[in-house]
Amino acid sequence: MIEVQHLTKRYGPVTAVDDVSFTVERGEILGFLGPNGAGKTTTMRVLTGYMPPTEGKAVVAGYDVMEQPIEAKRRTGYLPETPPLYPEMTVREYLSFVAKIKRVPRGERKARVEEMMRKTHVDDVAHRHCGKLSKGYRQRVGLAQALMHNPDVLILDEPTAGLDPKQIIETRQLIRGLAGDHTIILSTHILPEVSQTCQRVVIINRGKVVAVDTPDNLTARLRGSETMYLQVDAQGADAAGILERVSGVTRVAVTDTKQQVVGYEVDSESGRDVRRELAAAVVSRGWGLLELRPMRMSLEEIFLHVTTEETAAPAAAVDAATERTGELVQ
Amino acid sequence: MNNILAIAHKELRSYFSTPIAYIVIGFFALLFGYFFYAMLIIFNQQSLQLGGFGGGGNVDINQQLIRPLFLNASVILLFVLPLITMRTYSEEKRSGTIELLLTSPVTDVDIIIGKFLGAMALYAAMLGITLLHMMLLFAWGNPEPKVVITGYLGLLLMGGCFISVGLLISSLTKNQIVSGMVTFAVFLLLWVINWIASFTGPTTQSVLNYLSITDHFDDFTKGILDTKHLVYYFSVMSFGLFLTARSVDTERWKG
Repeated sequence: MIEVQHLTKRYGPVTAVDDVSFTVERGEILGFLGPNGAGKTTTMRVLTGYMPPTEGKAVVAGYDVMEQPIEAKRRTGYLPETPPLYPEMTVREYLSFVAKIKRVPRGERKARVEEMMRKTHVDDVAHRHCGKLSKGYRQRVGLAQALMHNPDVLILDEPTAGLDPKQIIETRQLIRGLAGDHTIILSTHILPEVSQTCQRVVIINRGKVVAVDTPDNLTARLRGSETMYLQVDAQGADAAGILERVSGVTRVAVTDTKQQVVGYEVDSESGRDVRRELAAAVVSRGWGLLELRPMRMSLEEIFLHVTTEETAAPAAAVDAATERTGELVQ
Repeated sequence: MNNILAIAHKELRSYFSTPIAYIVIGFFALLFGYFFYAMLIIFNQQSLQLGGFGGGGNVDINQQLIRPLFLNASVILLFVLPLITMRTYSEEKRSGTIELLLTSPVTDVDIIIGKFLGAMALYAAMLGITLLHMMLLFAWGNPEPKVVITGYLGLLLMGGCFISVGLLISSLTKNQIVSGMVTFAVFLLLWVINWIASFTGPTTQSVLNYLSITDHFDDFTKGILDTKHLVYYFSVMSFGLFLTARSVDTERWKG
């Protein structure tokens, strides 16, 4: 439904988005996680046709956002970070105007406006001016705006920002209810929000995709499943099979190969330390064990690094994270 | 077409749901009314004096009342039209509503023409007030309808040029005050640009005269409809709107 290929956006010397690629399947909710300034909004703006990319392309609902912008926009609903409301219009006037420019057929407009106001629970403020609404209402009128033309693709930039806890829960429920009919990308910097609403998560930092995974996998990591990184010189033999047979190991994946030296990522049952067994298995066959270290990079840690510009140790950790998630990104 | 009308309608409604429309129309009506009154008494004085000399028919209401009235109206436009155009793009950029327009299935040209027509509609409503004054003249005098019609046409075309330039300037900044001030300065410059014409060489002189937006208006007030002026006004308008489109497009690339 959404296909982003090698998207790059530069503002003069600043690279806001750097070679980002991902796809979203029909009916899926994709979470876009990252700190402020990571390039979330820029990516979303390219997807909605608000701005052109410097390089790469984006295809939404089968239409290239640069080549056929009008067709793509007809199938995309967008809620920017600040809901684009005209303060001097009443909610009903505003939504009628939106219905017009989103090309809702004349005969259906009135009913559609009323339906959207009910769906987003703003019907009680239909006669209030948009400029006088509380943050929660503004956000929901913005959502009604994005949904007006029943788009295939919904792009929501921090839809729960500035809402109170009750409104956040309501909004999440609303968004979950929309999945299936709509393909949704939502950006956020709130971690639990992702696991509660999204089927898949893209973590983005400094314009680059750091990780793509399902929240389940990510939360599994949060729970602390043990992962080791091994570098083995097996002289051409297949070490993966041997490693898999070690008791407690749940998954073995090849991460890199340098001639005979192969890097493996080994998951084990949480709470079990299999380092001794792994080392024994390798060494007993006469292979070279060049490296063995735990990779305990949780989403929280990745995110912590991503949100705070720390150096030294966490930087090394993120390298590990990038390594580890490299295979997922591909 | 529907998109253009939807946007024009929205623009017009937003003028009237903010104080802008009332201030602009009120201000214009006040000034135009004052000019009308002042020129009417001067004109009456003149016709009485000439009548007293027994000459009669030498006063011409078209040349001595309606023409100066239109020329003065064109001066009021310099002050009033920046108020109409200054917020058109600036406000949308500042408040972020531009994101709604640019991500909706409408083209940049739809948006620009819509905004232009919205501003033109308010301008036309503003000129509409002065029809009352003209009706008074028709009721008690015998002005030539042709002069009045070409005069209004000229005012509309000249205002259209100012509005298209105003839109362009508004599309360049987020700040309404900057937009308004620059627009006013540019209008003023376009108005006085040929004042130095007679002190320059023949080529420069004709270029400067040609550039002056108000200079082209003169013939309209005499009841003359010259294609030369029509071409000029439509060129300036299209050029202004074209540059606005380019400016909006550039903004997109810059982000």
